[in-house]
Amino acid sequence: MSATTPDNVSTTGERNQQLRDFFLRWEWLLVLLILLVIVVNSQLSPYFLNTRNMMRATSDFMEMGLMMLPMVFIIITGNIDLSVASTLAMCASLLGFLHIQGVNIWVAAPAALALGVLAGALNGFLVARVKLPALVVTLGTFAFYRGMAYALLGDQAARGYPPEFTFLGQGTVGAIRLPISAVLFIFFAIIFGLVLHKTAFGRYLYTIGNSEEASRYSGVQVARVKMIIFTLSGFMAALAGIIIAARFGSTRPDVANGMELAVITATVLGGISIFGGSGTIIGPILALLLIGLMRFGMGLVNVQGQVQSIAIGLLLIFSILLPNIARQVSRRGIQLSRNTAVAAVVFIAAAGFFIWFFLWTRTLILAQ
Amino acid sequence: MSATTSGKSESESRSLFLTLVRFRELSIIIFILLLIAIVSINTPAFLTIENFRNILLNISILVIVALGQMMVIITRGIDLSVSSIIGLVAMMVSFTVVAFPTLPPALAIVLGMLLGAILGSFNGMVITVGKVPPIIATLGTLSIYRGMVFMYSGGTWINSFEMPDSYRALAKAAPLGLPNIILFAAIVAVIVYLFLNYTRPGRDIYAVGSNPEAAVVAGIPVQRTIFMVYVISGLLAGLAAVLWASRFESAQTNTALGFELQSVAADVVGGVNIMGGSGTVMGVVLGAFLLGTIENALIMVRISPFWQLAAQGLLILVAVIVDSAIRRRLEQLGGTGDSS
Repeated sequence: MSATTPDNVSTTGERNQQLRDFFLRWEWLLVLLILLVIVVNSQLSPYFLNTRNMMRATSDFMEMGLMMLPMVFIIITGNIDLSVASTLAMCASLLGFLHIQGVNIWVAAPAALALGVLAGALNGFLVARVKLPALVVTLGTFAFYRGMAYALLGDQAARGYPPEFTFLGQGTVGAIRLPISAVLFIFFAIIFGLVLHKTAFGRYLYTIGNSEEASRYSGVQVARVKMIIFTLSGFMAALAGIIIAARFGSTRPDVANGMELAVITATVLGGISIFGGSGTIIGPILALLLIGLMRFGMGLVNVQGQVQSIAIGLLLIFSILLPNIARQVSRRGIQLSRNTAVAAVVFIAAAGFFIWFFLWTRTLILAQ
Repeated sequence: MSATTSGKSESESRSLFLTLVRFRELSIIIFILLLIAIVSINTPAFLTIENFRNILLNISILVIVALGQMMVIITRGIDLSVSSIIGLVAMMVSFTVVAFPTLPPALAIVLGMLLGAILGSFNGMVITVGKVPPIIATLGTLSIYRGMVFMYSGGTWINSFEMPDSYRALAKAAPLGLPNIILFAAIVAVIVYLFLNYTRPGRDIYAVGSNPEAAVVAGIPVQRTIFMVYVISGLLAGLAAVLWASRFESAQTNTALGFELQSVAADVVGGVNIMGGSGTVMGVVLGAFLLGTIENALIMVRISPFWQLAAQGLLILVAVIVDSAIRRRLEQLGGTGDSS
């Protein structure tokens, strides 16, 4: 044991160095991908490099971005929040409900924000104090908050928001028509970035993600930190809910359905380890930009939204799979034992069968 | 260090484990009975065989998928792609039976399980060979497989009148007194029970989940076991897909959307530890039954349909909190020995 200790120290130091290098490279890789997407798309469509189009497309991703910032904090601590999209829907629905009841919109909006804080605090309480796994808690509130959205609005949509409110979602700033929501996102991104990388609180997030036990023994108030980040997540989801209501000019209880997984995808694609303890704020912001540009470009060449998600899903998997495979190959070389060869053949045969069957049965019906 | 002491402590911990599990299931049963008692006081129609049969009919597909999900969760993984596997397989099998109306329903079932297993094996490969964390891998395939449904169907869907009668009857016919779909769920539950408790690969699933390092040392093929659970989960989702298309007499691009979280919820309510290592068939069946009973009760007492999802979510939260409180109390009572 004691003999290996100095060895361990040097390897962890080395590993940290490697890790830092890796993430440095990771963000450069995202930048490269972004450039690639811009070049390819500007070749494919003449409308791609139009700032006005691009700015309008930007506002489609800002609600996601607002929820992504606290998600970065939460995943760095090794937790997860599946309830963000439901919280968004519940708060937007409260806003719509109050508006229908005749409440002034500038009273309804703070009420929606307060509800978001409350919703986040409930998640935080159950995770930090009752000590339930975040996945379980937010799975429960995922259903509960979405249900509250339906309870508030039923099957009707709230509409008729005053123009000075919809300006929040539809208005723009300056000559390049930067959406208000983008200004908000940039503002919060800077704040979250500073908190994460320049404050003790930010460092606590990493230590909790690396070892909750160790951070507790070194005096970090783990429960309080968790409480804060989940509450923050609720607040940002409510803010996103207000923006989305203002952008659409109406609210339906099924708004942002499934967006929680898109938020998590952007976070993880940005290099935040799902096991916690590592990542920067820059990565997810670049990832959000990459996803936004990819979807915008594919939309311009008429790729359906659902088919676009195939590309995003593949990107997510390969962004983690390829570095892993490369590392394994460089460490051990390609070992071709009899078993792996058989497994590879079986796997390729199965995949081939699936693709053949997929294409064949498809034409049988669609050709009619 | 001798074999006898380690064997003894193992059997001790196992008996402790068994009593824990028995208590866990008792708590779900009490919860169900309480719910039934409260609801049936005011609503006599609730406590009838007809309604009971209705609940079973509604939870059958959930039971099948949640059992596959359970095996994945026991190995410390999660399979978020099950809902998209159901959507894609339901569409592909429905296309096939519409193109070949004479195809025997049994073959449709086999085809569904085969396609599901292949989709599951993609998950397994990405997770074991590519070393991608399960939640990321299946989050990716959740959107890939769902996107493939759109690519495959071009946005069209299969309607009830296009389907051959034999295919529509598959889930609903009741040659043995109970609708087939309930029998399918029961058979799957029995097979999974036998597999987990009486076969070596089944026991390996628990070993891998409760202590992966020890499982490696004990010579258990950890990677193969993990690969296997994703294939099984895909296979069961494929079976569920065929039953889904048959029961609802349609295959649509949004079939089973969101079902992945429902299957996880049934497991969690059924006492499967989300951190891996433990979970039982009985617990999951009871968990699904509890969810089904809650849903049914809310309809029977005529709670506004718009409040149902909220009430369901709240009750899931309550069940999980109560369950964890019971678990903690039990651990305090039983945890006086070594706590390794």
